[in-house]
Amino acid sequence: MSPRKGSLGHEPAKAGADSDITRREALGGIAGSVGAVIAAGLPLTSVDQGAPASAPPAAPTPTALTGTPARLVGAPTSAVGTRSPFATPAGRTPVGNPVGSSLTPLHSLSGTITPSDLHFERHHAGVPTIDPATHRLVIHGLVDRPLSLTVDDIRRFPQVTRVHFVECSGNSRPVWISPAPDMTPQRTDGLTSNSEWTGVPLATLFREAGAQSAATWFLAEGGDACLMTRSIPMEKALDDALIVWAQNGEQLRPEQGFPLRLLLPGWEGNTNVKWVRRLELGTKPWMTRWETSKYTDPLKDGTARIFSFVMDAKSIITSPAVPAKLESRGWRPVSGIAWSGRGRITKVEISADNGATWHEAEIQGPALPKAHTRFTMMWNWDGQQAILLSRATDETGYVQPTRKALMDARGTGTDYHNNAVRGWRVEPDGSVFFHWETA
Amino acid sequence: MTNQATGHRPRATGFAVFLLCISALGACQVADGGKTATPSTYGLGTAASAAEIAALNTDVAPDGEGLPRGSGDATKGAAMYATQCASCHGAKGEGAPGNPPGPVLVGREPREGFPFGNDPKLVRTIGNYWPAATTLFDYIKRTMPLSAPGSLSDDDVYSLTAYLLAANEILPAGASLDSASLMAVRMPARDKFVPDNRRGGRGEVR
Repeated sequence: MSPRKGSLGHEPAKAGADSDITRREALGGIAGSVGAVIAAGLPLTSVDQGAPASAPPAAPTPTALTGTPARLVGAPTSAVGTRSPFATPAGRTPVGNPVGSSLTPLHSLSGTITPSDLHFERHHAGVPTIDPATHRLVIHGLVDRPLSLTVDDIRRFPQVTRVHFVECSGNSRPVWISPAPDMTPQRTDGLTSNSEWTGVPLATLFREAGAQSAATWFLAEGGDACLMTRSIPMEKALDDALIVWAQNGEQLRPEQGFPLRLLLPGWEGNTNVKWVRRLELGTKPWMTRWETSKYTDPLKDGTARIFSFVMDAKSIITSPAVPAKLESRGWRPVSGIAWSGRGRITKVEISADNGATWHEAEIQGPALPKAHTRFTMMWNWDGQQAILLSRATDETGYVQPTRKALMDARGTGTDYHNNAVRGWRVEPDGSVFFHWETA
Repeated sequence: MTNQATGHRPRATGFAVFLLCISALGACQVADGGKTATPSTYGLGTAASAAEIAALNTDVAPDGEGLPRGSGDATKGAAMYATQCASCHGAKGEGAPGNPPGPVLVGREPREGFPFGNDPKLVRTIGNYWPAATTLFDYIKRTMPLSAPGSLSDDDVYSLTAYLLAANEILPAGASLDSASLMAVRMPARDKFVPDNRRGGRGEVR
């Protein structure tokens, strides 16, 4: 049986007479001797041609082991590492100042962790320079013991390390408002990033301050010039909220809230208040500009959803994707990330025919709750037009909806929280285009 | 405990070892005077003084908590708007180009039914979208102007708030404003906002 053309699967069919695969496997078995031949600068043709699948490995040629090419001594060790000049990822394409944003180049990344210097940025009055020696986090309002905490104080509490995504609720707004075929994953979904965060549970700090049972909301305020403020239900503080000081093993980057950030796993990015300096406990939301005029979601019934915190399950194929071009037919991985603000990703399905048929992808590594999860599936491109889509399911059973279903449910005027299925159209010449109209 | 040769663990011996462990744990706690036990509080940080809290606690809530004394009027506010706000928000609150563009502030929606959900081109303004008037005072006082947030006096902020409410036809032209009259303002979109009803789960599309 030969490999199915244009098909999805975890493994190519190995049995039978597909000479490409069997020869590759045979070559893999004699990699050492082939490497020696290459090192000696000998032509490969004698090995590459005519080696039947059943042929025994060729014996090393004695002359191939003699002689060593001259090598250049490498660069010295350094205090802080740098990227290979051959592997520079796409940049973050910043726009706007001092109200600005920059997007994570998802199509340049592998695995699940976003390098700290490629985490997306969104800020509303620039990035402040804060001296941690003078920074304080003040907890007041409905507490028995109003507290002023230094960064060092906070680092003395019991700490936890967790992996979580942060996604702006405006991620994928361009996909809703003005989708275009040349959009990259960075452009469609680059306002999500995933990090390992270290900090102290907010519940621990609230207990230290003697939070009163009457408190049902708290206001979180940042130390940037606009004093970013969001009202947060106390349930989140008692669930999994953190005050973090470290990201991916090092102190927070200034763009991510140095020296302290409120982290609300799975909740819209704006609530993860950076440069956090004040927490006030109260009984009602404060109705800040951000949570009323900005991060609310109009609905087709003439209302608007307010305090829509959770980011629903979503996925995006990051390879193949714009700006890649497929240079040849055959097997390649279809790979991407999926995430849900409600917990773990339990399933990701991939379609190569615009949603007519779906196939369950492999989840790579642990599927951590409220964290980017890498999925992959082997795909044998047959050179015909194909439309690749991904669809995530989370542990609540929620399935990522189509764009049409979302628009039917919400109306066309809502563009935050756009988690609709989307993907890529591959043309016979290998060109790849963003695809958003799904059945 | 478990006999490695036979794999059997005598029941009575196991229970005795369990008791021994419990008493050993108790001894540990006594031995280090509770230094490793988990307390409910850690005694870290310092008490926040009233002055320290007051210096930071400048937010204004919908129930009027945090509104300062002082007053202003829309006429003064118009003059202040021209010098402090118009460069980003346009001469009459219509917005202005920029990177990013300055937001539109003024405009009422003539259609019934709060049609934002069905009209992607409808622009949110103070008059057609903001549910609480206190938000305007809070935001101007703490966040505007963008180049020098916090630089306006409380009277200035009352005047600018009055001007923008008047420009949105929520207050009469030239209206004056203080904490009591601001509290009495009824915003056109005050009853349009509903709680999030998304819960996750199989089959949900909301």
